[in-house]
Amino acid sequence: MKLEAIDRALLAGEYGAAAARAMMLLVRYGEACGAERFIAIESAHIDGCLYHGPSSIDFAQRFVDLGGKVRVPTTLNVAAVDVTHPGWHCGPPAIIAQQKKLTRLHEKLGCLPTLTCAPYQRMARPRRGEHVAWAESNAIVFINSVLGARTDRYGDFTDLCAALTGRVPLAGLHRDEARRPAIVFDLPSLEAAGLPRDLYFAAIGYVVGRRAPGIVPYLRGLPRDASEDELKALGATGASSGALALFHAEAVTPEAADMPIEDVPAEPVSAAEVCAAIDRLCHATEGEAVAAICLGTPHYSIFEFAALNRAVDGRHRSPASEIYVSTSREIAAEVESDTSFDALRAFGVRIVVDTCTYLAPVVRQTSGLILTTSGKFAHYGPGNLGRRVALMTLERCIRSAETGVVAAPC
Amino acid sequence: MLIRGHALIEGMASGALLRLTEPLSLWGGVDLKTGRIVDASHPQRGATLSGRLLAMPGSRGSSSSSSALVELARSKRAPAGVVTTRGDPILTIGALVAEYLYRVTIPILVVSDADFAKLMCGALGHLWCETGQAVLAFPAAEPIDFEAHDPAGG
Repeated sequence: MKLEAIDRALLAGEYGAAAARAMMLLVRYGEACGAERFIAIESAHIDGCLYHGPSSIDFAQRFVDLGGKVRVPTTLNVAAVDVTHPGWHCGPPAIIAQQKKLTRLHEKLGCLPTLTCAPYQRMARPRRGEHVAWAESNAIVFINSVLGARTDRYGDFTDLCAALTGRVPLAGLHRDEARRPAIVFDLPSLEAAGLPRDLYFAAIGYVVGRRAPGIVPYLRGLPRDASEDELKALGATGASSGALALFHAEAVTPEAADMPIEDVPAEPVSAAEVCAAIDRLCHATEGEAVAAICLGTPHYSIFEFAALNRAVDGRHRSPASEIYVSTSREIAAEVESDTSFDALRAFGVRIVVDTCTYLAPVVRQTSGLILTTSGKFAHYGPGNLGRRVALMTLERCIRSAETGVVAAPC
Repeated sequence: MLIRGHALIEGMASGALLRLTEPLSLWGGVDLKTGRIVDASHPQRGATLSGRLLAMPGSRGSSSSSSALVELARSKRAPAGVVTTRGDPILTIGALVAEYLYRVTIPILVVSDADFAKLMCGALGHLWCETGQAVLAFPAAEPIDFEAHDPAGG
């Protein structure tokens, strides 16, 4: 790779031993990516703060021992456990101390303990065209697609190396060429698919992720009034079912109008295929016992809390089913201090912070189905938690919570 | 049979080839304690990655897959090597860090789609990944029957 003066200085240890070690890893990584040079980044979002095992701590500890400090504003992704509600944690207790240690190590490196998978909702919103190094698959696809910022698909380790150096290889989705669509999907409209809105966006994400693994799709026919939360759901599901890291949607996302699509092959997505995706993620029998409803993966926005508050207003939850919503501490604090969200509290909604409910086991009952509105939860929940999960609309989730058993579709 | 490609991570490895018919996210898709595929929707669910030459038609899913690879390496449950069809930055950094922290080398070879299609699940292969020369060789014709011989229980 062609190194600039700053890259050589970093490697030579002029910015400290930690930055030098991080730069050495980035050079080898950049060579493996086929990059020719490095570029500067404006921010980083770290996924390596999620405890996966002793190797998570071993890696961060090396950089703390070397005296490392991040060189750009750096936020932290979710943790493996909600340390503010240790009593809700149903997994191995040792992980609480291990996670606290890992978060603390990252704070020593200068990272902000935001502990959310969706800092882009309010705390950190990279601007269009800005180069950043973000990890966490839903955040990557969101800031690339919806905000038009530029990040490649960073994973654990590269994210911290980028933060410690302020540099990344010019590769992947940082490059103009790689952001151009390789396929156009003609989508069925909401009406043609015949699905409620919340299922529609998850289903489109699921199908697009599977049909465009590792490539950039251009979506034609997405509703023009798609909200950020709906695009968040689409991206998160596509990043789970495939490796969706950037999509363009005609008249919806900021870069779509500039993308050349005349010579790009177009394929239809049928309404039947979209509905089949929902069937695949919803194995539930009417009348089956429901252990819990899990929402907020990716983390719930304030708008989603408002919608949930309206949906549960005046209703009564069955004691047989719990309800959990994951979000950031920052949004949780607002919901908890605002009396206009009292309907949530009356319904017994528990707000989980710092983590996601498909990572941290919080559901008390060991049997029974978990219901969710999240395609990402429906995809990962069964493998991670060893639980049966069914994707359905928020409205049907709430009706099921009222009786403790799976309600009929509306 | 000899297949040529280019090396993302240098090193040598031998093992029975486990060819996946769909992309897999190592994070969430694999039990890190056993190396077994647990993704309920994956066609090779139940197969064990450990010690295999893992042939993946692209990866998918979470950006935590690099941590999953390092954690598998730490507990000696990692695949011996990886064969894939496109440059995979997430697996690349996982393999680099496995080497940095634990001195475990997981060579990664990129081959063409046409060559990938020739790979026979169960065949014993040898992987040599060096700059300028990266090959996957299958000296014997007989594939291993995982059901009968899987030491982890099949």
